[in-house]
Amino acid sequence: MAFALQTEKLCKSFGALTVADNIDFRLEPGSRHALIGPNGAGKTTFVNMLTGVLAPTSGRIFLNEQEVTRSSQAARVSHGLGRTFQITTLFKTLPVLDNVALAVAERTGVARRMWRSASSHKEILEEGRSLLDALGLADDAATPAQDLPYGKQRLLEIAVTLGLRPKVLLLDEPAAGVPSHDSKRILEQLEKLPADIAILIIEHDMDLVFRFAQRITVLVQGQVLVEGTPSEIAADKRVRDVYLGEGHA
Amino acid sequence: MSGYTADTRIRWTESLPWVAALAFFFIFPEYLSLGARVLIFILFALSLDLILGYGGIVTLGHSAFFGLGAYTAGILSAKLGINEPFLQLAAAAGMSALLGLATGAVILRTRALTLLMLTLAITAILLEIANKWSTMTGGADGLSGVQVSPILGLFRFDLYGKTAFLYCLAALFIGWFVIRRIIYSPYGAMLTGIRDNSTRMHAIGAPVYWRLVLIYTVSATMAGIAGALLTQVNQFVGLNVLGLEPSGDILVMLILGGVGRLYGAFVGPVVYIIVQDTLAKQYPEYWYLGIGALLIVVVLFARGGILGLFDQWLSHFKPKSSARASAL
Repeated sequence: MAFALQTEKLCKSFGALTVADNIDFRLEPGSRHALIGPNGAGKTTFVNMLTGVLAPTSGRIFLNEQEVTRSSQAARVSHGLGRTFQITTLFKTLPVLDNVALAVAERTGVARRMWRSASSHKEILEEGRSLLDALGLADDAATPAQDLPYGKQRLLEIAVTLGLRPKVLLLDEPAAGVPSHDSKRILEQLEKLPADIAILIIEHDMDLVFRFAQRITVLVQGQVLVEGTPSEIAADKRVRDVYLGEGHA
Repeated sequence: MSGYTADTRIRWTESLPWVAALAFFFIFPEYLSLGARVLIFILFALSLDLILGYGGIVTLGHSAFFGLGAYTAGILSAKLGINEPFLQLAAAAGMSALLGLATGAVILRTRALTLLMLTLAITAILLEIANKWSTMTGGADGLSGVQVSPILGLFRFDLYGKTAFLYCLAALFIGWFVIRRIIYSPYGAMLTGIRDNSTRMHAIGAPVYWRLVLIYTVSATMAGIAGALLTQVNQFVGLNVLGLEPSGDILVMLILGGVGRLYGAFVGPVVYIIVQDTLAKQYPEYWYLGIGALLIVVVLFARGGILGLFDQWLSHFKPKSSARASAL
């Protein structure tokens, strides 16, 4: 079986501190997979290794069967890896539509062009508009990203990444800092994402995780504690002890 | 404002610099040499705006390219006897492009203060080379004996600077046209993205470093051409084209006019050189004080430069809906 994303014995140490300890992880094509774990479990480090922000100390990473362990961020994006950020990372002074258009232009190679005006590339703008439409942001196209309400900024974060047409989408706490009624809206949008995209979601909001994910991996102190379906995870004694027990007692 | 949602049509206000330049040519025939210098500094400031205002590369070393261009043109003529003006420009462009590519490839891996210091170091090194290698550069005495053949074999550089002025105006027009195209292109939009948030630019798959190296090289090329023009107009090259001082001057000119708004590069040098010329006549030793005071006022009260102030003023007369589109 081909995996959309796979890691083999992935390790990362900062000096004596091991934050990723032999992580074997597999993401099936089109699956909805969640990565959970207490604070400091190494979730963000794991994502940063997957996306190429951090180099692993040892181990290997595969994207659609191709090894990308040493590839640049840009190369991984062109292999179909898209990510959103835990802390909103947008082009905040630029209009919402430009935020999406820049991503679409990178994917299509238009971004390298130096002569014809950007605004005459109608196909980029059209695709950008349809992405905004899909995420319910069509009315905000001309608003600078920083003037959007926070919940919509989180949606724009997703829209920008979808502009890359990823095969694998890493969502780093898409609902971070969003009030609960807005997090429902985000979940609704996530459920509408194309079924052929494999999604790995890192999230603290357990309601969202258990509703959205088909499989859950629990990371504790840099190690995979257990992996299974939501009901298996909810029933697992170890998970309840180290993780759910604390927050949901 | 560049980008995918920008209106890129040429507005009538954009003809003002050219109308003003031609009017100047006819009204002030005795000031054409000064006028040519202003045009050259506008071209230099435009090249800086491309990387600073759009790419977000903060530099105190842009004079490296200006100076290299100036010395390339000067040495070609004074030492090798090559007086063809376009050949001098092409050689200056080529040398500056090479230096831009070579140094950009090294220093653009760094950011912020480190980058600033490295840019400064490069122009300081070139200044020392020009100072010490006096057999080639004339050292502290400067390089004299520069000659320029008539342009296209027809137009001789005259005593009043008529040819020089129109020649520089033509060069500036071409430079402006190219930079305007780049700014409004997808590449320009991408640069704005890097300036705004380079983390996000990496995450959407842009090879940020290479993109910056390329635009740095383009900018260096234009600065080199501006330097060569100065040599041709002055028929002399002095050490004052290299080092911190000219880098700082051009930065101040751009900040005065307004960074990242294309026409700030036009307004800044005009204001700067007029103030400098006026003050230097009255107070030959203290004119820098006047420039300093002007800079403080602009930075404190007009953060978008003189043009930014003008925009604010205009927006009082406009309906709210179009307030975002800038006039200039």
